[in-house]
Amino acid sequence: MSVITYRQALRDTLRAEMLRDDNVLLLGEEIGLFEGSYKITEGLLNEFGEQRVRDTPISEEGFVGAAVGTAMLGLRPVVELMTINFSLIAVDQIINHAAKVYGMFGGQTSVPMVIRTPGGGGQQLGATHSQNIELFYAFVPGLKVIAPSSPADAAAMLRAAIRDDDPVMLLENLGLYNSKGEVPDGDETVAEIGRAAVTREGSDITLIGYSRMAAMSLRVAEELAEQDVSVEVVDLRSLRPLDRQTVVDSVRKTGCAVIAEDDWLTYGIGAEIAASIQEGAFDYLDAPVRRVAMAEVPLPYAKPLENAALPSAESITTAVKETLSAVGKRVG
Amino acid sequence: MTEIYMPRLSDTMEEGVISSWVKNVGDKVTSGDVLVEIETDKAVMEYEAYEDGYLVKQAVSEGDTVPIGEVIGHLGDSPDAVPEESSSGGAAAPAEQEPAEGGGEQEPAAQEQEQQPAEQAPQQPAASGPDGEEGTRPRSSPLARRLAREYGVDIESISGSGPKGRIVRADIEAAAKQGQPQPETPATATAPQAAAPAASAGQEGYDDGRDSSELQVSNVRKVIARRLTQSKQEAPHFYLRRTIDAEPLKGFRSQINARLESAGTKVSFNDLIVKACATALRAHPEVNRSWVDEKLLQHGRVNVGVAVAVEAGLIVPVLHEADRMPLSEIAQRSRELAERAREGKLKPQEMSGGTFSVSNLGMYGMDSFSAVINPPEAAILAVGAMKQQPVVHEGEVVARNTMALELSVDHRAVDGAVGAAFLKDLAEVLENPMRIVV
Repeated sequence: MSVITYRQALRDTLRAEMLRDDNVLLLGEEIGLFEGSYKITEGLLNEFGEQRVRDTPISEEGFVGAAVGTAMLGLRPVVELMTINFSLIAVDQIINHAAKVYGMFGGQTSVPMVIRTPGGGGQQLGATHSQNIELFYAFVPGLKVIAPSSPADAAAMLRAAIRDDDPVMLLENLGLYNSKGEVPDGDETVAEIGRAAVTREGSDITLIGYSRMAAMSLRVAEELAEQDVSVEVVDLRSLRPLDRQTVVDSVRKTGCAVIAEDDWLTYGIGAEIAASIQEGAFDYLDAPVRRVAMAEVPLPYAKPLENAALPSAESITTAVKETLSAVGKRVG
Repeated sequence: MTEIYMPRLSDTMEEGVISSWVKNVGDKVTSGDVLVEIETDKAVMEYEAYEDGYLVKQAVSEGDTVPIGEVIGHLGDSPDAVPEESSSGGAAAPAEQEPAEGGGEQEPAAQEQEQQPAEQAPQQPAASGPDGEEGTRPRSSPLARRLAREYGVDIESISGSGPKGRIVRADIEAAAKQGQPQPETPATATAPQAAAPAASAGQEGYDDGRDSSELQVSNVRKVIARRLTQSKQEAPHFYLRRTIDAEPLKGFRSQINARLESAGTKVSFNDLIVKACATALRAHPEVNRSWVDEKLLQHGRVNVGVAVAVEAGLIVPVLHEADRMPLSEIAQRSRELAERAREGKLKPQEMSGGTFSVSNLGMYGMDSFSAVINPPEAAILAVGAMKQQPVVHEGEVVARNTMALELSVDHRAVDGAVGAAFLKDLAEVLENPMRIVV
């Protein structure tokens, strides 16, 4: 067992998959010579050469489209979009091509491609470079959207994404790249796409998140445990397919839920989760489902304003305590 | 797969108890077969299948109570068909959901929830009820409602500790543990029905020095409690008493029964009294009335209810148009109704529509008693025991059989003189029993 960063887990997995399968190739801006804006592709150009690690022009629509084509012809391209914000330039290729080809051409060819891309705010990158717009893609049938929150999951889910025959968007997070966690040595775990995980068991309340918010939820649960609050944490892991059952089972057990999401509240991922909870666990709900999300503003650049706009461990803790108080359990 | 729902088997029914399953899981069911016996607020009734199939699931166990409309079982095409989980969130994508209305209003509403969670803060329960209004459902979480059903806790008797007095799981569990409505906080004004037990039972539930425990309350008992409380609270009772000379009645009955012996039937004193009441009511339609919702109803039919004590409580089967029935039919019909009342198998229509009731505790040796009116009827006759008493008869003190009658009357519908005229006439009919049949 080694303790490595989320970044390291991604990099090691890319390398291992390229060694395992000659059809795996990488495309993206500055992933070769510069070794990636966030150094996920460090050393890979040297090891695998320009054929398999291709620096592209600044033309997201072009190289995502190229990836769709190579995938249709049998290769397994892994595209790096420098941030999810730049996916907006490639949105037609992603939604109208990658997601549609298999179904519209009668299953003649699948599109086994991966788009890796980080989202998230908190890095003072300004409103256009700090968004959480994974919802756009989680909305679209034909795509799979997964969002690991730990180094071990990053490895297992990237492995699953590369080996999956459908287009998969793997959502990374700028705030998680340096986070550390245990990854078993020589691990070959292939995550099941579409499966959430109860990352901490508890009995008083269910706290649901994905990506950075799943990691933060775990920390909140640990802190609240010291105040005798038993928080169950559900990491969604996959936004499409969405594992409603794990969420519903947990809420049926605890009777109340708080959802933490980095995106905007209105129409956000949390709204879908809340709807799923009322459908599947209505008779088990002891309090309204609470959502904690980003303020409904373009994210400010100024650090104090940026902090104020993003959900925090403190705002999640407050929501948990208030929900517990509504069901008769006073905390602190 | 066909879902079987808890049916509405009487007008006043809100929930039903699965008394017993007649069909077992896996049994073949033909349309018209009795599936299950259901205890309503009035009786145990058989419920039949409307289509063919196999009973594949009993969703509600015997003895459990569920509201009207709840799924109680499933019929399938084969004995081993598997019923679908009706509320599975994971199985089906919510594709059929209707879009939310008023999209433009969502944002402020959502932000309000996010930033001003005023609703989340616990508050004192509202003073008179959840909304300060009578007759509204108390605020309660879905989980609390489900647990209340499971524990058999009357959710209306509990005060909620959640925001705006919402009843939450903790309140139900506390009530179930204590086996009683939760004690109110002293500062809170309470609904009248909740105040009494709270005040006498104290904080520790039934650990009150009386070694008390709570018994299961049948629907029949709930209905008795509700309707008779309503009667005593709403109907201003007055009471008229008259003792009759029962010798002629006694002789008349012997004569009739001697005649009926060959037919194998017998007429009881109560049958004679029921028939006499029906005859007197026909002659005094001003007593055959009801005061309902500020309206005075004149009933065209004379339907006499007869109080029957059964294990579950008091049941009042009704002899419809008793004034038009021959005595022998009254005797036969009331015996049959009483028997089915004891088995809990009366149909709702056999227990409703009364315009007058007779309650007889003579067999227990009661001299006389005052009965509570069975609403919406205007009067009830309480009949005491037939007893030998010294009376003045034809100028001499002699021992004769007498019977005390007491009429309870709803003063909103019937005044004293009117009631007295009726009772006087009734007494005269009973003292000259030939008038019962002629």
